[in-house]
Amino acid sequence: MAARVVASRRSFLGHSYNLVGVIAALVILTWTLIAIFAPYIIPHSIGDIVDDDYFGPIRQGLWLGSDYLGRDMLSRVLMGARYTVGISLAAVVIACFSGVVLGMIAAVTGGWLDTCLSRFLDAMNSIPSKLFGLVVVAAVGSSIPVLILTLAVIYTPGAYRFARALAVNINTMDFMTVARVRGESIIYLIGSEILPNIIRPVLADFGLRFVFIVLLLSGLSFLGLGLQPPLADWGALVRENIGGLPFAAPAVIVPSLAIASLTISVNLLIDNLPNKIRDRDA
Amino acid sequence: MTNLVEVRNLKIEATTDAGRIVEIIKGVSLDIADGEIVALIGESGSGKTTVALSLMGHARPGCRITGGEINVNGKNMAALSEKERAKLRGTDIAYVPQSAAASFNPASTIMEQVIEVTRIHRLMPPEQARKRAIALFRALSLPDPDGIGGRYPHQVSGGQLQRLSAAMALIGDPKLVIFDEPTTALDVTTQIDVLKAFKSVMRAGGIAGVYVSHDLAVVAQIADHIVVLKGGEVQETGTTAQILSAAQHPYTRELLAAFEPKRRQAHADTNAATKQLLRIDDLTAGYGAVRDDGLPLIRAVNSVSLVVEKGRNLGIIGESGCGKSTLARVIAGIHPAAAGEIVFDGKELQRAAGKRTQDQLREMQIVFQYADTALNPAKPVEDIIARPLAFYHGLDRQTRSKRVDQLLDMVRLPKTLRYRHPSELSGGQKQRVNFARALAADPKLIICDEITSALDTVVASAVIELLKELQRELGLSYIFISHDLSVVEAICDEIMVMYNGQRVEQITPDKVKAATHPYSKLLFSSVPKLDPAWLDGLVRDPELVSQYGHR
Repeated sequence: MAARVVASRRSFLGHSYNLVGVIAALVILTWTLIAIFAPYIIPHSIGDIVDDDYFGPIRQGLWLGSDYLGRDMLSRVLMGARYTVGISLAAVVIACFSGVVLGMIAAVTGGWLDTCLSRFLDAMNSIPSKLFGLVVVAAVGSSIPVLILTLAVIYTPGAYRFARALAVNINTMDFMTVARVRGESIIYLIGSEILPNIIRPVLADFGLRFVFIVLLLSGLSFLGLGLQPPLADWGALVRENIGGLPFAAPAVIVPSLAIASLTISVNLLIDNLPNKIRDRDA
Repeated sequence: MTNLVEVRNLKIEATTDAGRIVEIIKGVSLDIADGEIVALIGESGSGKTTVALSLMGHARPGCRITGGEINVNGKNMAALSEKERAKLRGTDIAYVPQSAAASFNPASTIMEQVIEVTRIHRLMPPEQARKRAIALFRALSLPDPDGIGGRYPHQVSGGQLQRLSAAMALIGDPKLVIFDEPTTALDVTTQIDVLKAFKSVMRAGGIAGVYVSHDLAVVAQIADHIVVLKGGEVQETGTTAQILSAAQHPYTRELLAAFEPKRRQAHADTNAATKQLLRIDDLTAGYGAVRDDGLPLIRAVNSVSLVVEKGRNLGIIGESGCGKSTLARVIAGIHPAAAGEIVFDGKELQRAAGKRTQDQLREMQIVFQYADTALNPAKPVEDIIARPLAFYHGLDRQTRSKRVDQLLDMVRLPKTLRYRHPSELSGGQKQRVNFARALAADPKLIICDEITSALDTVVASAVIELLKELQRELGLSYIFISHDLSVVEAICDEIMVMYNGQRVEQITPDKVKAATHPYSKLLFSSVPKLDPAWLDGLVRDPELVSQYGHR
């Protein structure tokens, strides 16, 4: 049989992938590595004032110019990656884990548990996210754990809704009935029967939610409710350097580009996840 | 040009997700004369629907017509542009799909949808189209032909909907109608009305037809010619009588042989004192609100009693909606009964599965109709079969793996299949895996809920043979639920007929001809026979039909 491979998709290890997905994955990988190793690679400490001028242009030694106090922008962006990626990732992991587990339990159990959980989380969902964030930060003050938990609480109901909707469909399948009649426990039902069938959309949802959290965190920081100086995530960097906009200062453009590159890459990766090739004879 | 349809050396290719190209139709040629009905018959995957659809110039997503000519009424459908083909569809060629229920739009009235073709092609003014539709409804012997068009699809029965979709196909006055398994989803008693209606309308209008089916007996009633397909190639062509009486090709013979499965050898009662395995007394179950007497509003199963003896099989037969599947679910405890007793192996069982002991659950296994949904698509076959081994028997990894091999061997599947996912198996293979999982529990009773209904005749008869063999080896008992009499006859010692939630009669297979209850009589006489004259010669008691047939 003549084998002709369609040009736009290549295959690797039994999966087919395309170029856009690979580039997006590389961008995400780069930011992740930077987030991990930022303290070792930054040329200046983030608090040091190294430039005589504020909103300095790009030049040797200050590769991304300087900010509104004359601090090295490159160092601040690299360290900012740490907070933006780290806080968002922690928040999205908590949100998706609790949301998906609760969603699957609700779908499998049904009855009053499902009703109570669903109504409660619907009520949570109806609170505007930024407003909720504002209230919590205003009440207990801003710190990294508070930010992580607030963001997680804000995005749990969405993850719950999403997982529950998927799990309800799987729950009506005959293999669920077979497993129930076998006498399986709820942990087996959600972990071994339902989860493998919804994992792909759940991962896609994970990625999307990560993007939302990055944007919300940046938004909170922009409003001054996120990380407190001298620490700064990308959203905070945009805010504190907003005065540089009339001067076309790199200090305001670069963190914006950083946010855009990360969120767009995550989105593109989700849309271009590798597909497992089911046609084994190929 | 002598024939209405001339297909020459048709080739259709499909592209897999790895980009590999597979030839699914390998040079098929066929002719259809004016007013003639040709049946395409073959197992699933033989390409019969693909060939039928190609007559409209249509190839399903991922497929491409790559070679050959499809001349319909003097036009080569393969060479026309999509726009030109669209013009012919509905006017020259029409299509009746397998599931009418899925092809009607639930949000608009039947009449709107039936006359839609005339609106799209601007064939006639709506008033005239409506009149014509009513005439067609009458010709298809639909009840209340003047009023039925005003209803919505959910307000008519499945058999009526199938005839309405034929009306939709016929309204554009086509020269060729393609029927894609139109009666497969219907009950035998309904199937007869639909077949009769199709046959008379096609004959009256002198319309040519292509009838796609896997059921040789149904095809025998309606077709003039039969084309047997397998693996994308024509195996045999001939008139209906030729194929039925003097089939040449081995595959056709296999099809014919599968139609009459060998009877189960009646047990030569080795142990004369047979023991009761399962006894059910006055079981009632249903759906809806529970009323004061503790019984549900709608009773799907109404005080049914039955007995299954060790090593013997009970068949439960009846039309869809008669409560036979609910009965199976009630016995298995999936749907707890509202009243009645279930005694299994000498002990009374709790009504809900959740309250039964693990051993009780293990000893009674249920196998579902659709292996597609009964097997978790995310798991490989070995995990599916190994789970009951780990769960009930607590076997370690190594013994489990050996046992999986044995079980695969028992259901006649190659061991290499264990690494595959259910989506990579054929329908028959999936059903075998489904069955192997039930066997893995080491049960005493297996409840088979329509397990052969989704399979082709040849595959189904192989599965039935397998069940019989396993019974001999393992001393199992089956409760075999089906709407297909020949299947039940082939494997069961006793047959229970259900109608409207009640048990109407229990007889042995050899006494089927002498059924005493009127509904059993109607049901048994409605099973199509491999005789082209059967449908025309069939005389049914009109009183019976009006009482039990849902027309």
